[in-house]
Amino acid sequence: MLSFIVFLHAAIQAGTPLLFATVGEIVTEKVGNLNLGVEGLMLMGAVGGFMAGYKTGSPIIALLAAALTAMVGGWIYAFLTVTLRANQVVTGLSITILGTGISGFLGQSLVGEVLPKSFTNVFREMSIPVLNKIPIIGPVFFEQNLFVYLGFLITILLGIYFNFTRFGLNAKTVGENPYAADANGISVSLYKYIHILLGSALCGLGGAYLSLVYIPAWQENITAGRGWIAVALVIFSMWHPYRAFIGAFVFGGLDIIGFRLQEFNISISQYLIDMLPYFVTILVLIFNSVRKDFNAGPKGLSVSYFREER
Amino acid sequence: MLRISKRAEMRKTHQGLVRLAAIVASLIAMSGWIMVIGHNPIMVYTAMLDGCFGSMYRFLETLKFTIPLSIAALGIMMAFKMKFWNIGGEGQILMGAFAATYFALNFSELPKPMLLLLMMVSAIVMGGLWALIPAIFKVTFGTNETVFTLMLNYIALKYIIYLQYGPWKDPKAFGFPKIPNFTDNAILPKVLNLHVGWIILVIATIILYLVFHYTKLGFEVAVIGESENTARYAGMTVRRVVMKAVFLSGGLCGLVGMIQASAVSNTLTSEISAGIGYDAIIVAWLSNMNPLAVPVVGFLFAILSQGASYIQTAFQIPQSAADIIQGMILIFALSGEFFIKYKISLPERRSKGGQHA
Repeated sequence: MLSFIVFLHAAIQAGTPLLFATVGEIVTEKVGNLNLGVEGLMLMGAVGGFMAGYKTGSPIIALLAAALTAMVGGWIYAFLTVTLRANQVVTGLSITILGTGISGFLGQSLVGEVLPKSFTNVFREMSIPVLNKIPIIGPVFFEQNLFVYLGFLITILLGIYFNFTRFGLNAKTVGENPYAADANGISVSLYKYIHILLGSALCGLGGAYLSLVYIPAWQENITAGRGWIAVALVIFSMWHPYRAFIGAFVFGGLDIIGFRLQEFNISISQYLIDMLPYFVTILVLIFNSVRKDFNAGPKGLSVSYFREER
Repeated sequence: MLRISKRAEMRKTHQGLVRLAAIVASLIAMSGWIMVIGHNPIMVYTAMLDGCFGSMYRFLETLKFTIPLSIAALGIMMAFKMKFWNIGGEGQILMGAFAATYFALNFSELPKPMLLLLMMVSAIVMGGLWALIPAIFKVTFGTNETVFTLMLNYIALKYIIYLQYGPWKDPKAFGFPKIPNFTDNAILPKVLNLHVGWIILVIATIILYLVFHYTKLGFEVAVIGESENTARYAGMTVRRVVMKAVFLSGGLCGLVGMIQASAVSNTLTSEISAGIGYDAIIVAWLSNMNPLAVPVVGFLFAILSQGASYIQTAFQIPQSAADIIQGMILIFALSGEFFIKYKISLPERRSKGGQHA
């Protein structure tokens, strides 16, 4: 029982980068933009955050830098797909290629560097009083670090934003039917830009969690495909932030299950276990496409909006 | 305010010029960065060219990279033309190499031509099947093929690593995790100092051109790419066409795996593809769905990539600089697309006092 709680606790930590990236991509897709550049944005955030954290030692500056670096990538994506109406799939891929290049380039001199103790101290585990006394849930969810709590908070806020605020509902209209939104005086481009930038910043924070807290050191290609899993998790969570919680933490568990199985002397090749998250992602994709009613994506997803085509 | 409107189709030569301008623009943008990190861009670019053409050996190396890149791009183009976003080239290359290696290791006594043919066919079939899995789900349930093909890349990669460290590990390699080298029988011959892959590339380019322009399949693929509904109204069995075309797409990538395993590394390793499947996407896109342009664009990319690995030692510029340039070329090319499709004009001025005319 105890080791199971330890496992769940670790799954939450492994799932946090996925949570940030998934909700980031949800925000982007809500306004009708499929950004396949998540992997690149995460890498940009990871390197930007690590560089700033390493140079300044300040967690706040590190987080801001992570968000801003990823937003540069997000802005390029937004400019191409919203203003220039470029193909979203290919634009996203090029953001991934660019982000991979930038992180490798900037990270070259950072390989093997470690963050100062004062920095990692800020992200040590802190229990939340009262809540951490709840059996099972307490030790799993409420004895985590600040970054994980930030993920909880952002996800909850986004759920409220999209369901109960005027701006959130407008954003959804832009994604569902930009022509109707435009006719109602909603600025389609502005909404798209803001949400793409916000989504990218969240993806960047997901990457920064890896380099600043989870690892915490710089290594080449630190995200190892998590950005792509996040793209699939958006479908898994049916574009709803709260369901992203479940998806991200299940996949966090899959990510670390290999080590746990070794403890129980279950001998499956590590390389085969490593396939598991990717394999399950495929199963999720298939499951969602078979259940058509599950496929609740924005109607205007990946279609460029051009007013004169109304 | 500027006014944006759709333009009538631009002439092909002008389209080419816009794309060329995109490449030049990205090189200029990169120059800025090279200067920021304290190097002279002209010297860096000259060194890159030297790294590709400086000697016969370097030139052959550049061609050796052009071959897999271009063949894979031809394969990916086949799928992209249908708007089937196959980004699983990497996995299809690995699985093709896997099938070829299986025969190379287990049937090495066969006569050379037969063994090589067997390796090629098995690689094409294996790569094709690996691509067919997401295609079947796509046409049956509408499963998203982008993420599906990509996930299969990771699975293929892990599988090859598993073979390399486990069942296929060479017992004679002193514990070093590598798969045994191929016997001479399983290695593609050379023609004019370069392995026959270049002849395969020429043939594949011509065949794909003919398929696109003179066959029913090519026509159907083009119609499906434009509009699936139109294809359906025209009585095409979209399902079958998609599966056929995607199989060919993966098959070409699988063939790349065989060529790389047989002619270049003489064995199977997890690094056999090394991103070719991803670079091929850019090559396919920049070639604008024209197979004849693929070897040219592929060659330009090979220069970029070879050059980047050359300047790594000369200038301590990391190899990832090549990724950045590639990403930027794509971004500039995508921006260029806008000027091909739309035109920007200043609004016509109203004549003074013309409101009450």
